[in-house]
Amino acid sequence: MNDTIEFEPTAYHVKKSPDGPALDIKDFNLWYGEAQALFGCNLEVQKGQVTALIGPSGCGKSTLLRCLNRMNDLVDGLKIEGQITVDGFDIYARGVDVIALRKRMGMVFQKPNPFAMSIYDNITYPLRVDGITKKSILDETVERALQQAALWKEVKDRLQESALGLSGGQQQRLCIARAVASDPEVLLMDEPCSALDPIATARIEELIEELKGTYSIVMVTHSMAQAARVSDNTAFMYLGRLIEYGDTDTVFTNPQKSRTNDYVTGRFG
Amino acid sequence: MTSLNEQQPPASGAAGLAGIAARDAVKPRNRRRYSADLSALGEPALWGFGGALALGIILIAGFLMVVLYNGATTFWPKPIDRVELTDGTVIAGVERRGTIFRPDLPRLTEDHRAEVEGNDGFAYRTLYQTANFDIYGDDFQWVADFETANITQPADFYYFERQTWGVFVGRIASMTIDGQDMAYDADVLRREQRAARQRFAEIRNLERREIGALNFQIERERLNQRRATLRLGEEAAAEIVAISQARIAELQAEFQDLQARVNEIRAHDRRFTVTLEEVGGRQITPEISQIVRYFPANTIGMADKIGIYVSRWWEFVSAEPREANTQGGVLPAIFGTVAMTLLMVVFVAPFGVITALYLREYAKQGRVTSIVRISVNNLAGVPSIVYGVFGLGFFAYTMGGTIDQLFYPENLPNPTFGKGGILWASLTLALLTVPVVIVATEEALAAVPRSMREGSLACGASKWQTIRYVVLPKALPGIMTGMILAMARGAGEVAPLMLVGVVKLAPALPIDGFYPFIHLDRSFMHLGFHIFDVGFQSRNSEAGKPMVFVTTLLLLALIVAMNATAIIIRNRLKRKYATGQF
Repeated sequence: MNDTIEFEPTAYHVKKSPDGPALDIKDFNLWYGEAQALFGCNLEVQKGQVTALIGPSGCGKSTLLRCLNRMNDLVDGLKIEGQITVDGFDIYARGVDVIALRKRMGMVFQKPNPFAMSIYDNITYPLRVDGITKKSILDETVERALQQAALWKEVKDRLQESALGLSGGQQQRLCIARAVASDPEVLLMDEPCSALDPIATARIEELIEELKGTYSIVMVTHSMAQAARVSDNTAFMYLGRLIEYGDTDTVFTNPQKSRTNDYVTGRFG
Repeated sequence: MTSLNEQQPPASGAAGLAGIAARDAVKPRNRRRYSADLSALGEPALWGFGGALALGIILIAGFLMVVLYNGATTFWPKPIDRVELTDGTVIAGVERRGTIFRPDLPRLTEDHRAEVEGNDGFAYRTLYQTANFDIYGDDFQWVADFETANITQPADFYYFERQTWGVFVGRIASMTIDGQDMAYDADVLRREQRAARQRFAEIRNLERREIGALNFQIERERLNQRRATLRLGEEAAAEIVAISQARIAELQAEFQDLQARVNEIRAHDRRFTVTLEEVGGRQITPEISQIVRYFPANTIGMADKIGIYVSRWWEFVSAEPREANTQGGVLPAIFGTVAMTLLMVVFVAPFGVITALYLREYAKQGRVTSIVRISVNNLAGVPSIVYGVFGLGFFAYTMGGTIDQLFYPENLPNPTFGKGGILWASLTLALLTVPVVIVATEEALAAVPRSMREGSLACGASKWQTIRYVVLPKALPGIMTGMILAMARGAGEVAPLMLVGVVKLAPALPIDGFYPFIHLDRSFMHLGFHIFDVGFQSRNSEAGKPMVFVTTLLLLALIVAMNATAIIIRNRLKRKYATGQF
C-alpha cells in the first residue's frame, strides 16, 4: 500500500498566532526498529492556540505527540532524525535534560491515570518531585490548578481523599490539573476524551477552550467533530506523513488535498 | 419421528447447508438439534476438576484433623488403670493406644495359645504408660488382652509429673514436712507443693540469672585480659590484667555468697519430701519441689481436669523443656522460630526487592536478564540441605571464622561466630527464600500499568522518583504476598537449620539481659527441629510422640499467626492503593 502513495508535499494554510510558534518540528523522521513511522514531518505549533492532530489509526499522530516531550525515549529500538525546537532550543540535542523538558510540557493521557494518592498529593506531585515542600506554595498551586481544571468546586472539601474515588471525568480533569500544576508552556493531550462519556467530554472541551491562550495545546483526537469544535489549526496525518496542516475551518470545509477531503467527509478512516 | 424423517427437506436448502452440518441439514428446521455435542461442553471435565480440588481439600483437611485431634487431646488428663495379669503380676498405668498383633505362639501358655488360635492367631494388645522410669527402666508396657485378668481404676492412684525422671504413677505413702514425718494429708501436700515449687523457682532464678550474670562477667573479664595481652603484649597489659584480676576476685566472692545461699535453700528444701509407692509396693522419696504437678487421676472432677489441661498448655508455651524435651514447654523453640523468621525477613526483604527492582526496571531486557531470571527460578528447586551445607561452609566457617579472627581473637580457639548460630541460620534461609521474593516482586512490578509510570514521567519525575512514589507503593501488596510465601517457607524449613545453628536444647536465648542483649552468634531451638528431635531422636520416642502433634499444632498456629498478620497488613495496603475506575 505504501508504494501506491504518491508523495505530494504537505499543504499548508496555517492560522498564525500573533506570538509566533511555540514548537517547531522540522524534517522529522522516526523509526521503530526497522519500520519507519514518521516521514519528514514539518509542523509549527502556534503559541496559545489549540492544534489538533487527526488521522486514521496508526497514522503516527500519537507517536508525533509523544516525541514532543520525549515520552518515546522509553521505547527500545527507537531512531529519530530531524529537529524539534521549543523556543529555539532543540529538544533532541545532546545533553538535553529530559526531566526539565517534561516540566515544560504537561501531558494528559488517553485514560485518566491519577496516582494512588490523595487529590492534593496528585496535584502537588510535579512540585514535590522538584523538591518544593513549602506548604503555602503547594496550597496555592492546588487551588490554581484545580480552578483551571474546573474541578475546584467539586473537590475543595475532600482534597485529602483518594483520587481514585473520583468519577472518570473528574479523574481526567484531575490529570489536567496535575499537568498544569507545574505551569508548563505546552499542554499535550493524547485523546483525552476517548474514555469518557459525552457529558464529561463536553466539560473537557469547555476546559480546553478556557485553557488555550494560557497554554499552547496539542491534542490528538479520533473525533473529527471534536477537532472541528475546539481546535484553531488541524493537522491531518496519513501513514506517517503530514498531508495537510492549517486553519481548522479550511481543513474541514475546503480541504486542499483530496485525501483530507475523503477523510473529513468520512469516505475512509 | 419416522413420519417426519420421511418428509422431504426443502430442495433449495439441502445443497446450501450440506457443507455446514450434513447430519442436521437433511432434517427440517423444526427437527434439527441445535444443542452442542457432549465433547464440546466443559461439564464432564468439570467433574474431574472438581474432583481434583475435593481430593486436595480432603487430604489437607484430613491432615489438619489428625494434627488437631492428637494435638488437642494430648494434654487432657486420663485415668490410671490398675491391671492384674493372669500370671499374678500387677501393673498400673495410663492407657495410650491399642493394636491388633500376632503373638509368638510357642512362647504362650496352653490356655493363652488356645485362645489366640481361636482368633486365627491374632490378639489385641494395649500400650500402658506405666511411667516410673527410675524404678522400671522403661516408661511403657504392652499388655495383651488374653493376659489381662482384671482392670480397676483405684481412687488412691495419683499421676505425678516430676522435674526429672518423668512421670510417676502410684500412691502417696507418707510425707515429711520440715523434717516431721506425717501421714498423707491432701490439703497440706497441696500447700507444701506450691511452696516447694516457689523454692525451686527461687533456686533456678538464683542459678540462672544471678550466678549466670556473674559467670558472664567473669568470662568477659577473662576475655578482656586475653584481648589486652594479645593487642598490647604481656608487659603493657600487666596493669589492665591486674585490675581485671582484682575484679574477678570480687566477682568470685559474690559468686561464693550466692552459691552459699543456694545451698542453704537446697538444704531447707530437702526437709520436705513425699514418699511415693508404685503399684508393686516399691517406694521412692523425692523432694516435694520435684513434683511439678500431681492429681488423683481416677477421682478428679471435670473442673479440675480442665484446670490441668489449661495449666499443661500454659506450661507448654511458657516453660523450658525437661526430660529430653519430652515434657515441659517449648518456649525457647517458639522464641527461636519467631526470632529466626523475623531476622530472615529483615535480610530477605530488602535484598529480594532491590534485586527484582534492578532486574525489572533498570536492566536491559534481553538474553542476560532471561538467563538470570531462569537461574533465580531454578534456585528455588535446589534441595534445602544444600543451602545448609553452603551456609555452614561459607557463612559459618568462612565468614564467621574471619570475623572471629578479626574481632574475637581472645576467644579462640573457641569459635564465636565461626559456628552455627541464629545469624547464619537466618542468612541461609534468606538465601533459600530469596527466589520467591524476587519472582513475586518482579510480577508485582510488571503488573503496575504503564500509564501510571508515564503519568509520573510526564510530570517531570525522574525514573527513580517514579519508582519510589508511584511504582513501589502500587506493587507493595504483591511484594507482601511474596514476603508471606517466603515467611511460610522459611518458618517451616528444618533441614538446613540442622547444619547452621539449631540445637536440641539451647541453654540461653538469642536475646537476653546481658550486654549486647542480642546475641546473633548463639545457637537456638526451633519448633520444626524440635518435632524431629522429640519424635525420632529421643531416648524415649513413645513418650515424645504426643509432643510431636502438639508441637506441630503450635508450629502451624505460629505460621498461621505470622501470615495472618502479614495478610492483614497487605490488605490494608491494597485498600489504600486500590485502583479506581480504570
